[in-house]
Amino acid sequence: MVERIVRAPSQYWMLIMMWVRSSMAYPASFVLMLFSSMVLTVMDFVAIVLMFSHITSFGGFSLAEMALLYATASITLGIADLFTGSIERVGERIRTGTFDAYLIRPVPAFLQTAADGFALRRIGRPLQALVVMVFAFSRLDVDWTVARGIMLVVSIAAGTVIFGAIFVLGAAFQFVSVDSAELANSFTYGGQTLTQYPLAVFGKEIVRAVTFVVPLAFVNYYPVLYLLGKPAPLGLPSWIGLLSPLVAVVMVALASLAWRAGLRRYRSTGS
Amino acid sequence: MPSQWCPNPRVFPDSGRFCVPLWLSDITCFERRLRVGVYWAIAVRSFRRFSTYRIATASGAFTNTVFGFILCGIYLTLWHERPGLGGYDTADALTFVWLQQGLLMPVGIWGATTTGELGERVRSGEIAVDLYRPTHLLLWWLSVDLGRAMFQLLVRGGAPLLVGALVFDLKFPSTPQAWLGVAAGVFLAILVSFGIRYLVALSGFWITDTRGMEQLALVLSTFFSGMILPLVVFPGAIGAIARATPWAATMQVPIDIWLGRNPGGTGSALLFQLGWIVVLLLGAQLVTSVATRKVVIQGG
Repeated sequence: MVERIVRAPSQYWMLIMMWVRSSMAYPASFVLMLFSSMVLTVMDFVAIVLMFSHITSFGGFSLAEMALLYATASITLGIADLFTGSIERVGERIRTGTFDAYLIRPVPAFLQTAADGFALRRIGRPLQALVVMVFAFSRLDVDWTVARGIMLVVSIAAGTVIFGAIFVLGAAFQFVSVDSAELANSFTYGGQTLTQYPLAVFGKEIVRAVTFVVPLAFVNYYPVLYLLGKPAPLGLPSWIGLLSPLVAVVMVALASLAWRAGLRRYRSTGS
Repeated sequence: MPSQWCPNPRVFPDSGRFCVPLWLSDITCFERRLRVGVYWAIAVRSFRRFSTYRIATASGAFTNTVFGFILCGIYLTLWHERPGLGGYDTADALTFVWLQQGLLMPVGIWGATTTGELGERVRSGEIAVDLYRPTHLLLWWLSVDLGRAMFQLLVRGGAPLLVGALVFDLKFPSTPQAWLGVAAGVFLAILVSFGIRYLVALSGFWITDTRGMEQLALVLSTFFSGMILPLVVFPGAIGAIARATPWAATMQVPIDIWLGRNPGGTGSALLFQLGWIVVLLLGAQLVTSVATRKVVIQGG
């Protein structure tokens, strides 16, 4: 078990480098795809900028604060999508029976599925979000300390892991229902759209749901509130923004249980 | 290839079974006898084909519904901060959300399976088989696309709208004429979108790697159709330009017909759509004939 975990990073690296090499075979095409991926994914921020041509504050958030929310939501989802997003194609493999091949190779099926068709161009989303984040911090007056810097980096890592776990949970559900790939989009891409905005505007029920049921609020909302010194909704303590790593650990445990349960359920294809 | 040309079963004994995708295989005998009926038959089979992906359709409709709720939360806040923004009241904005989510797939704002397959066939050379058929290439794929659109309109359009209408107080057209206008607007929107997607797919005759073209089409469609924000909210010149593009005719215009918010009334909105259809379909027809004349399929 321990040995498998220790070997996993290098195995995963080998698998994704194979795909990177193949996409680099046409460098011009890759640059073009990367650029268009950035343009396409920055559209959500363009929408926010267009909104701010009419308003000065959205649910108590200024444009720069919205930019920070957008950037953190987009970076976390973007990195999770880059490294685990391909896993949503597992339904296709289950239906055609090609998933069998993963089970007989000396690398965990999970790593192979997550690395399947690794697309480096997906880095376009976190890249454009990083630019937006620089813009946000240039306009925001944050009282920077080393602790806050560490907290921001750790929160982004935790948010990425939470989104990654949701991708895996969605994929695990496809062992039950092979055609349901799009269902997970509600929580992954839908989650990104949701967390780009101050969650309090969606009402108390939604805030409760994304705190206690699908913990999307821990991806960026609570950490950003903490960083900006804004009070947390529902009378929650402000240090709730520090709990993201804990939530990430719980989500990983859930996702790993679900993936294992799905894998056990796999019976190959019958036709 | 003249459209009157009909494969002679004695010369091409296999022309029926060999060239047609499985899901269409039973219409080839039929098409030799019927000229117009064949396109109807294609559309019907395309409709049935899409109706078989039940779970995928249900999870897609669920996702549209979730996005509908998220966007409603955003727009409620936006219209709360600026009441009457873009000439919409809050009910207009909420109705916009559910119509947008409902039209996304049927209209094919982000592309559609059918025209995606057409592009793939151009790339792989399988298009030669399509050109070999005694049907018109454009009409064949238009029929396939309309069958798909009809199914997705009923399910992926209807289901989110129903949920939205149960939860929020949405606007509905009140007179039979208004419903007729909406039906025409949606139909024309699908035609405009098809025209664009068909041209993108056929660009593969000239460009080897069409992914760049597809991405460009995706960006333009997302930005100018009203997908990221209703075009009425776009400020100044950007708004004026956006509202004149063909992409506006695919989503913003039919939704405005539903809401009764077209600046020049429903008639001028339909004319705007028709104008783009004429341009796009004439372009598509031209491209088809040029492409089929110059086409060189792999291997000779």
